[in-house]
Amino acid sequence: MAASDRTVLQFSSSSSSSQSLSARVHPLVIFNICDCFVRRPDQAERVIGTLLGSILPDGTVDIRNSYAVPHNESIDQVALDIEYQHNMLVAHQKVNPKEVIVGWYSTGLGVTGHSVLIHEFFSREVTNPIHLTVDTEFANGVGTIKAYVSNNLSLGDRQIAAQFQEIPLDLRMVEAERIGFDTLKATTVEKIPSDLEGMEASMEHLLALIDDIYKYVDDVVEGRIAPDNNIGKFISDAVGSLPKSPPAVFDKLVNDSLQDHLLSLYLSSITRTQLSLAEKLNTAAQILRFFFCL
Amino acid sequence: MATTTARSFLQVAATEEVAPPLRVVQMEGLVILKTIKHCKDHSPSLVTGQLLGLDVGSVLEVTNCFPFPMREEDEEIEADGANYQLEMMRCLREVNVDNNTVGWYQSTLLGSFQTVELIETFMNYQENIRRCVCIVYDPSRSDQGVLALKALKLSDSFMEPYRSNNFTGEKLREKNLSWVDIFEEIPIKVSNSALISAFMTELEPDTPVTQCDYDRLQLSTSSLLERNTEYLIECMDDLSLEQQKFQLHYRSLSRQQAQQQAWLQKRRTENMARKAAGEEPLPEEDPSNPIFKPLPEPSRLESFLITNQISNYCNQINGVSGQSFNRLYLMKALHED
Repeated sequence: MAASDRTVLQFSSSSSSSQSLSARVHPLVIFNICDCFVRRPDQAERVIGTLLGSILPDGTVDIRNSYAVPHNESIDQVALDIEYQHNMLVAHQKVNPKEVIVGWYSTGLGVTGHSVLIHEFFSREVTNPIHLTVDTEFANGVGTIKAYVSNNLSLGDRQIAAQFQEIPLDLRMVEAERIGFDTLKATTVEKIPSDLEGMEASMEHLLALIDDIYKYVDDVVEGRIAPDNNIGKFISDAVGSLPKSPPAVFDKLVNDSLQDHLLSLYLSSITRTQLSLAEKLNTAAQILRFFFCL
Repeated sequence: MATTTARSFLQVAATEEVAPPLRVVQMEGLVILKTIKHCKDHSPSLVTGQLLGLDVGSVLEVTNCFPFPMREEDEEIEADGANYQLEMMRCLREVNVDNNTVGWYQSTLLGSFQTVELIETFMNYQENIRRCVCIVYDPSRSDQGVLALKALKLSDSFMEPYRSNNFTGEKLREKNLSWVDIFEEIPIKVSNSALISAFMTELEPDTPVTQCDYDRLQLSTSSLLERNTEYLIECMDDLSLEQQKFQLHYRSLSRQQAQQQAWLQKRRTENMARKAAGEEPLPEEDPSNPIFKPLPEPSRLESFLITNQISNYCNQINGVSGQSFNRLYLMKALHED
């Protein structure tokens, strides 16, 4: 039974693989898209661009980078600067050859009619591209970020429509966490936290967490809150994960580390003293020599 | 109305002549992310890229950046690199990105960035743009939950002797220039557009614990400390080599002076003899004699840089140890509970 014999609408072959497809977006991409949107030309309603990345071994599409591509939209046509798109691709690949085109993005909520045309263009660059939409207008009051893949509906050999199917999107941002959300969330941050300040913040976090647990346990014990077995298990796991070692061994461990660190601290201080001493002596020697020469 | 605008234009023209000193570098979150991505992707090899932005009064705004491809030792490829830079700037201009170079960024390994190359690059940039800055990012330290970004510039008092390539001890003493005065660190301010801020707030509800906290509370820092100390020792070796150079110089200098004295003594007795014989005395100076040629003093630049480097490592060791103390005491307290 060949496909052309049937008169039912059917998806093209890519539909089967798209079931398990999912995507992961790095925070840089979102930042880049927002920046491009802020800097869009006056008359433009939205910005579109190319997504770069790679496909992970487990089939997840890892979207790691992006760049905007200038385009023009009127009611009945879309013009994309293909040369620009190509130049940028070559430039990006020079820096990181492992990142290839994985799809394209546009701002705005959901898929519009023109998206099909643009999607078709990107389908020529890569098979089964991903379409990422970022709602920069906050139309529903929330910033919606969605990813789609497209399936072609065909009647026999003729394509009559394209269906955009949403795929799961992983927005966990480990890189951004590393920098600290406090730095990236606010519109202005006066100063980058130094290592000790960061440590202080982490300690405060930890203390707050421990306080929370104390409070929870107390509440459960006194019957103010219904106990949750899962939380209980987590707490007992956490307490159990402390290594059980006799106090003498533990003390020795801690003291040894402390002494190691103290020693290196001492070394660095003595080096510093040496440096300033050497500087002073150098100048003194020079002055002496200077007078001597006179 | 027209006169007031004219005056204000005049005022603007007048104020522009005295450029206010650079006080703050304002970086967009986008630039930070881009820099970190580029540096991390290629770590441990060191990479560089260009910073784009605006120069507004005493604030240098860095609004975008782009990476340079890995540098290669081929001339043809070098020309290619220049082309790439121009092409990239042109492309970014088309999407309305600020098209003004304000400096460059580079990655470093444990803060070992104080080199002659950095100074040379800086001077190159400085020739073309009045105000530029170098952002240094250290991927190896970010594993500890530290955002190791630094904005540096060469101090004005250093640039002048560097241009004339004059690093003799006397000159430096005249200028009162010491090794701490080579680089100036400029505070970094981070800014994000309201749109990005909204998205970040939207996407990331306040999590009680972040990756940052995990990294900071990591107990094992011995490898970091070890490497820091290793580099420190290497630097000390370099420094002692430099100092040997100076000692050699001073020794040959004093030898030369002794030779000069001897020569002068000889000439004087000779002249005395000539005077007694009624002849014209010979001149007391002889420029053609090799012992009167002044010995070139070795440059202090290298030792200054090494000193800077050493003090940097010392600071890092202090920082790492300080953090470790915190963690160890925390661990102890936890265990006692």
